[in-house]
Amino acid sequence: MMDAQLAADIARLALDRGATDAECTLSEGDEFTARVRMRSLETLKEAGSQAAGLRVLIGRRAGSAYTSDLTRDGIRQMVESAVEIARVTSEDPFAGLPDEAELGAIPGDLALYSDEVAAIDTQEKIDRALAAEEAALGADARIVNSEGASFDSWTGGHAFANSRGFAGAYRRSSCSLSVTPVAKQNGSMERDYWLSRARAPRALESSADVGRKAAERALRRLGARKVQTAKVPVVFEPRTARSLLGHVFDAVSGDTVYRTASFLARRLGEKVASDQVTIVDDGTLPGLFGSSPFDDEGVPSRRTVVIERGVLKSWLLNTYTARKLGMKTTGNAARGIAGNAGVGHGNFFLEPGAKSEQEIVRGIARGLYVTELIGFGVNVVTGDYSRGAAGLWIENGEFAYPVSEITVAANLLDMLKGITLVANELEFRGSTASPALVIGEMTVSGQ
Amino acid sequence: MALNESLFARKFGIAASDLESYLGEALASGGDYADLYFEYLASSSISIDESITKSAVQGVSLGVGVRVIHGERTGYAYSDDLNRDKILRACRVASAIAKGPSTILKTGLSQGQKRNLYPVGEAAGEASLRDRIQLVERADKAARACDARVFQVQATFVDNVRHVLIATSDGTLTDDRQPLARIGIRVLAREHGGAPHSGFAGGGGRIGIEAFRDERSPEAYAREAARQAIVELGAIDAPAGEMTVVLGPGWPGILLHEAVGHGLEADFNRKGVSAFSGRIGQKVASELCTVVDDGTIRNRRGSLNVDDEGVPTQQNVLIEKGVLRGYLADKLSGRLLGSPSTGSGRRENYQNIPMPRMTNTFMLAGESDPEEIIRSVPKGLYCTTFGGGQVDITSGNFVFAASESYLIENGKLTRPVRGATLIGNGPEALKYVSMVGNDLKLDEGIGICGKEGQSVPVGVGIPTLKIDRMTVGGTGA
Repeated sequence: MMDAQLAADIARLALDRGATDAECTLSEGDEFTARVRMRSLETLKEAGSQAAGLRVLIGRRAGSAYTSDLTRDGIRQMVESAVEIARVTSEDPFAGLPDEAELGAIPGDLALYSDEVAAIDTQEKIDRALAAEEAALGADARIVNSEGASFDSWTGGHAFANSRGFAGAYRRSSCSLSVTPVAKQNGSMERDYWLSRARAPRALESSADVGRKAAERALRRLGARKVQTAKVPVVFEPRTARSLLGHVFDAVSGDTVYRTASFLARRLGEKVASDQVTIVDDGTLPGLFGSSPFDDEGVPSRRTVVIERGVLKSWLLNTYTARKLGMKTTGNAARGIAGNAGVGHGNFFLEPGAKSEQEIVRGIARGLYVTELIGFGVNVVTGDYSRGAAGLWIENGEFAYPVSEITVAANLLDMLKGITLVANELEFRGSTASPALVIGEMTVSGQ
Repeated sequence: MALNESLFARKFGIAASDLESYLGEALASGGDYADLYFEYLASSSISIDESITKSAVQGVSLGVGVRVIHGERTGYAYSDDLNRDKILRACRVASAIAKGPSTILKTGLSQGQKRNLYPVGEAAGEASLRDRIQLVERADKAARACDARVFQVQATFVDNVRHVLIATSDGTLTDDRQPLARIGIRVLAREHGGAPHSGFAGGGGRIGIEAFRDERSPEAYAREAARQAIVELGAIDAPAGEMTVVLGPGWPGILLHEAVGHGLEADFNRKGVSAFSGRIGQKVASELCTVVDDGTIRNRRGSLNVDDEGVPTQQNVLIEKGVLRGYLADKLSGRLLGSPSTGSGRRENYQNIPMPRMTNTFMLAGESDPEEIIRSVPKGLYCTTFGGGQVDITSGNFVFAASESYLIENGKLTRPVRGATLIGNGPEALKYVSMVGNDLKLDEGIGICGKEGQSVPVGVGIPTLKIDRMTVGGTGA
């Protein structure tokens, strides 16, 4: 278990070497992968690693260093390197640690760690992966191949301390089961996947369910066509809707906001989305992937309403971006092992609406249901959005045929304002989550 | 032998006899092959933002990865501690994949001929911090001086030196020192307090810091980033639908990386899950197209003296005059396909299992004059700068996002258009290439390729290309 005391000791060592403030992050993790393909074991991987990172301030100059060598010598070199850097960087009037009154951790057990993850034996992991792949291969005669199935698990520890008296540590675990079958018919070949991920193995979906869902997804893509270019309503299923939440996060994150590098910058208090849209960031929900007792500057995690019935209510901020904007941190500091803190999110989600996904699709005369998005055609500065898509074409409220090799495009601000309905089912499969949703009109480009 | 000159012998006292005993332990339970990959990576990153050097980070990571292959099975473990007991433990964990006596003949380790594709005067990471800070300061100044509409500049200089030592049970022992550096500049511009637009440019390679002082100057990239942001200020919505697309030379070669490169990686093909599986010898592009992957070009970002399995890199012909010629193989997929490794086994670091990857992927030059290519298009789109791309290797559908494009009307470039994604199908898209320019250019050296969670540096390149039919994903008419 990573030790908050060791982190505090390293921060103190930095002060001894001439730093006026310091913050230290320690992390360790053990990973395991069992991968099977076409009914036999393909890969076993098992290992652990650890790292330390340090950020120091000399007045208003910052320097950072990290190492995977946690011997006394390794740590001494890291401390000297960070201090040396802070002597040559520039004065930044906004640099500094959080105010002491802001430091702390939320009380209680967030259920981020389960002993059961480390306890499952290798054979059981292999068997669960084999069973998931078998369920996919057995689902339909057109499932003829597989890219394999994996059981992955991870346990890790994280500690953080700073020279203002904060020291804390917590453990996390996760495990996942996934399979990627390949379907083939009349020269058309398609793959898709299903992934179940949880903090504890008992919360995983069964191998049979994971295999069956993956097979259904691959099968429904067979025989996809291109459609004529048109402006139509577009339904994003939960998996693709989640990615839209990711773009909203980028646009409300303090880093892009203070630079005005966001299409939402300067719009605080304005209506930026339809009445259907309430988006919340909550790092305090037990057992979920975006939860933590404190952020990466030692500020307690919390719940922040970002957009409420379409009105932009709050940015997500760390100490630095809050000071740039003349505000207070929202406990959203995030960083890897070293460096100045960036902005991250807790569980960032869109609140569910009233109708079921089926009812929503039934109400669409002609449109697109998007099951996959590829590429990076999203510009958070301007809001321009254009990505490759695959999915199902909707005619008279029913799925008519699969489509692919098309793009969907619009501007993100128009998309948020154009959300006409949000479905009633919200599932947390990662740290961003969204129910299915409909955008009234987007350009679908094909032939 | 030269092992005693390597960093691992000097700093950690690793001797050839140690390597042999580790390989012996890895194969103690059987297996066809084992290898050790020692890595010592020293990295640094320096950023300027609002004309303040707000951040600089330096760090070191080191470790060893141990792999055992038994038939189609792979066992893998790693240690971030080079202590003998820890390495032996990793060898035993990796060996659990194998069952039964080892069938391989033990050979002594020997070092092959060495070459150096990236001789550098002073590896960036070994230059002083102040020297590197100067580079980002110069970029900041140049971008701001370029145009009054520029109001935000961020520049980052990232460099690392990676030392590797690779020992394999088939007798290879090799070490390499791999420098890598890049500068990236992002600019925001606006007019009369209006909406901001961004531009990005950068460059790098396996080069020393001296290369950034003049030929790859921060000023040149800063001006390029500012130019792109300002062009976008006047851009109109991109069109939607199928049309003729002309790609400018250089970075737009990302087309090849996505449309054909990934689909030709041998792991996908031995499993039969790529849209290119079983198509060797078939026509997959117009006869104007010859595409190669070449890891031997001096100082390029994607180049390597040896790949991460200790095999020297080479030039691999992927498509010759439109006909599919070969796949990119690592040792495992090569053996299972009955062909040798093409020197394409790469990994992100010691924590990861190598797999077939690209190095520098480009199309050979053709004969057309680039201006004549544009003149030949009555109506279409000319794209010169791209963001990233992605491919679904099974269906073959790929995308790449254009960030700077112009309408072509009656053979002339007219208005700049805003960003849009281009989409196509790998085995089909290059069949529509109807003109290839005589102006082959490789990119500036900032490419990163991601596959199954592992990132590696790569290069791309094309001459000016005319593609008669491609879907453009804009919103305009």
